[in-house]
Amino acid sequence: MNNIALAGRPVDFDVQALRREFPVLARTIRGKPLAYLDNGASAQRHRSVIEAVDDYERRHHANIHRGVHTLSQEATALYERARDRVVEFINARSRQEVIFVRGTTEAINLVAQSYARPLLQPGDEILITHLEHHANIVPWQMVCEQTGARLVVAPIDVRGEVHFDAVVALMSPRTRLLAAAHVSNALGTVLPVRRLIAAARERGIATLIDGAQAVSHLPVDVRELDCDFYAFSGHKMYGPTGVGVLYGRERMLERMPPWQGGGEMILTVSFAKTTYNALPNKFEAGTPNISGGIGLGAAVDFLQGMDREAAHRHETALLDHATAVLGKIPGLRIVGTAADKASLVSFTVAGVHPHDLGTILDEDGIAIRTGHHCAMPVMEYFGLAATARASFAFYNTFEEIERLAAGVERAARLFA
Amino acid sequence: MQLDDLYRDVILDHNRRPRNFGGLEPADASVEGFNPLCGDRLTVRLKLDGDQISDIRFEGQGCAISTASASLMTEAVKHKTRAEALLLFDRIHELLTDDAAPPAEELGKLAALSGVREYPARVKCASLCWHTLAAALRAAGPQPPSAVTTE
Repeated sequence: MNNIALAGRPVDFDVQALRREFPVLARTIRGKPLAYLDNGASAQRHRSVIEAVDDYERRHHANIHRGVHTLSQEATALYERARDRVVEFINARSRQEVIFVRGTTEAINLVAQSYARPLLQPGDEILITHLEHHANIVPWQMVCEQTGARLVVAPIDVRGEVHFDAVVALMSPRTRLLAAAHVSNALGTVLPVRRLIAAARERGIATLIDGAQAVSHLPVDVRELDCDFYAFSGHKMYGPTGVGVLYGRERMLERMPPWQGGGEMILTVSFAKTTYNALPNKFEAGTPNISGGIGLGAAVDFLQGMDREAAHRHETALLDHATAVLGKIPGLRIVGTAADKASLVSFTVAGVHPHDLGTILDEDGIAIRTGHHCAMPVMEYFGLAATARASFAFYNTFEEIERLAAGVERAARLFA
Repeated sequence: MQLDDLYRDVILDHNRRPRNFGGLEPADASVEGFNPLCGDRLTVRLKLDGDQISDIRFEGQGCAISTASASLMTEAVKHKTRAEALLLFDRIHELLTDDAAPPAEELGKLAALSGVREYPARVKCASLCWHTLAAALRAAGPQPPSAVTTE
């Protein structure tokens, strides 16, 4: 690669050493080294996550809770230790506030059905923004249909920014909940969530933050944010799929009825009356994804053990570099140019459909995402059916971005 | 290289200059096809003269594979009977999905679509217009029109 391109880059971050800790990054695709630029969809697993899951499966698997035998106690200890790690990771007040779920989508549905649905009256309002992922739109539409509440959508601008004032202007006496992304998956925009949460709290409006795209990029402190709910997924923060977290303020969770019924969420069951378990188990019916939870705990250990500030500086440098080199390509338009952006670039190339671009880049071993990114209202706002999206992690390199740019230019030539 | 097999000159040409592209008024059937996977949409409109497709046009936005497939399709089925067009649909479906599909020489330019078979994620791009055509042919008959998706 071109060493001149590296001049002036931060050197306090050993990317190559870090890459060796992610086994899949050593792969080749169609004979080319993998350049994995689809981290927004799912990040790769750190070695320690794979090892923790493997160790559990090989040595400790049993159903958790209530088992008196050794394996069950070991499995329980590992799973609950993972919860403790998450409590620390997001600075929750207690383990009662950390509910394990399947992922961000399930977390939001839980809040929609267990918090919002019993509360909402016809004419009440749920406030979201125009750049939400479908997972932070559809559950609210469903609960609106169920209750007669209204979905109110705060606008974005041509840069893909959500303006604080525009959201606050839509907060009304009927607003019961503000549900907003921390970071937009389609554009990378970082939303002013702290100020929005404060404004909502002043007005007695509950807040849910979709943190799926944030936890891998930014430090998340739920007490500092002061939100009522915060949702995220394990697999976007280098952990397993099928596990995620709903953080909820304890006094909110206490008031909420259980969402799903079954084992684990009960204290006593008779045909006359069932009493529910305490938090967090009240919301964890059935045998959970035990290995996933343990893997998530390992992912937290890994992230806590690294220099996250240096990692963030590297990601920001990647974003700046990608914005610069892609921006020079004739016909390429970057969609989403917010001042505060996470490390991803959504773009279109004149004459090249994103799907064709994705296929052509894959031929070079470069993995990007193409399509509407489960954010069709965002695409519609920009008058697009789809974009190409390169989303970076701290293990990506400047060379991979050079390869991306070269691949884009090759595709543009093919279709010229 | 496999990419050359996918993006053959015929495909690139029909993507650049799609044939029979645009509206058709009045049409005997107009059906919109939608690929929820990628958000691509295209509308196929056709006129029938008895049992024969006397005119067919399409419009919408899609990738090169989807656009070229629709363009090639309109050329291939114009002046064919409904039964012939549906038979061709089956033949194309086989070409796109079945590794054991017989050689495609008799398909003429449509044989260029055979490269798609090596890219399973792209098969729906090529087949969307054909599913839409089949629905349009049904719609031109006694049943009411319906929306089509690739799912």
